[in-house]
Amino acid sequence: MSYDMYQENILDYSQNPRNKGTIENPDLHFRDVNPLCGDELEFFVKLDKNDKITEIKFQGSGCAISQAAASMITEELLGKSMKDLINYDKKRILKLLGIEISPAREKCAFLSLRALKLAAYSKLGKKELELKEKLDEEGLGY
Amino acid sequence: MNTNKIRRDFPILKRRVNGKPLIYLDNAATSQKPEAVIDALTTYYKKYNANVHRGIHKLSEEATQAYEETRKKISKFINAKSEKEIIFTKNTTEAINLVMYSFGMQLEPGDEVISSVMEHHSNIVPWQFLQNFGIKLKFVDINEDGTLKIEDYEKLITPHTKLIAVTHVSNVLGTINPIKEISRIAHKNNILLLVDAAQSVPHMEVDVQEIDCDFMAFSSHKMLGPTGVGVLYAKRELLERMKPFLYGGDMIREVSLYETKYNEVPWKFEAGTPNIADVIAFGAAIEYLEKIGMKNIEKHERELTKYALKKLSKIKNLEIYGPKNPNQRIGVISFNLKNIHPHDVASILDQEGIAIRSGHLCAQPLMKRLNIQAAARASFYLYNTKKDIDKLVQALLKVKKVFKQ
Repeated sequence: MSYDMYQENILDYSQNPRNKGTIENPDLHFRDVNPLCGDELEFFVKLDKNDKITEIKFQGSGCAISQAAASMITEELLGKSMKDLINYDKKRILKLLGIEISPAREKCAFLSLRALKLAAYSKLGKKELELKEKLDEEGLGY
Repeated sequence: MNTNKIRRDFPILKRRVNGKPLIYLDNAATSQKPEAVIDALTTYYKKYNANVHRGIHKLSEEATQAYEETRKKISKFINAKSEKEIIFTKNTTEAINLVMYSFGMQLEPGDEVISSVMEHHSNIVPWQFLQNFGIKLKFVDINEDGTLKIEDYEKLITPHTKLIAVTHVSNVLGTINPIKEISRIAHKNNILLLVDAAQSVPHMEVDVQEIDCDFMAFSSHKMLGPTGVGVLYAKRELLERMKPFLYGGDMIREVSLYETKYNEVPWKFEAGTPNIADVIAFGAAIEYLEKIGMKNIEKHERELTKYALKKLSKIKNLEIYGPKNPNQRIGVISFNLKNIHPHDVASILDQEGIAIRSGHLCAQPLMKRLNIQAAARASFYLYNTKKDIDKLVQALLKVKKVFKQ
């Protein structure tokens, strides 16, 4: 691990977060906490009748990595479909961040993906244990 | 399996006791440790000692990875569906207590738990505590040959029976219980099954999915690993429903002054800084056992058991407890010499450098059932040889001589 983690764009996204805020009556909503450090993120998503993401916001606090990742993923997902969201994986997030993430910081980087997936899967009617097993499969479990 | 080569991996086996080479036959109490396990312990303390889970720094990252790696190794070793089904405790007893507190205390007054007279105290005493909450305790008996009286289950089971707690292998009789059959009986009646596997997992291939048990408990120190680490295996859907065992650090997700959301399974059940060093070294023990192969270990011990049963039964006035058929039992042999207390037997054997156990063997109800006060017990592991058994037989003859029998 080196200081490369804190590149200009990471600092920019974390200090000037995009899509920060809340949405009234969201179609997808989930709040997740990283039990290791207490970082928390809450996502709000509006979908149109074709399950296209028309509005996406987040709020929460945490480290530069988790906040930058949240900003970036919301930007990326706007206009995409719920299916696209479900197809997102860890690789995609790493590509968005464009930096190497040490194992100890993975949970920070993937917290927003985890929360959004939890929101999407619960919308699809998955039960709690199924949800957790699905996330474990994708390497997003705790 | 090359026993001579294996013996060289265990530094303690070079020791002399009372001027004689050590012959260690107390493996059912605890096993000896190979160099690889001792190295894993010291390497952790020398190279990457740090607390796990919350650290961002390198040492913590390495410690966390090594700690969680053992969980994965155990999960594979017993063929659990996922490593999330593996909880670290301090020993088998604590693992059973975890089930008693987190599952047993959620039972209703009038519910029933069935244990057996064959159990170690650790699989009786925790369930007795539930009697304070109106839970009824029942016991399956044994047959005269030291096997479990399986037909008792159907007689004891009622619609209120919620848990069957039974040992896989008796720490006194060496009996291997027909655990799959018990599992079938339990589940047919909608009852959960807890298996005390302290004497089985170290000595034979155990597959939790094949047995289909709901809970299984065992200890690191009986399987070449360090003391201070036990394992509770439990089906994940049960763990998700169960209440935490101990409360505090590391088992939390979010804490405010008056309430807490708990961490995910399995960490929900691992409060406080865990036994990091010993868990990591336990991983080295599993690796060592896998390298030798559990099938080979079981075969080796079965040969030793056959040999020992044959030799010991030739000693006059020596009574052996448990099944006579070596295929029904494992390398745990309890016995008594007529009119000589087992403590005296053990003392004289100790003079010969031979370590055995003597006393009630943590199974007082079973002693009572066998109509004895105590017993002597020799128990084998992968590093024991037929020569060890010959020495044991010679020493037992010496005991008889000392007592003029």
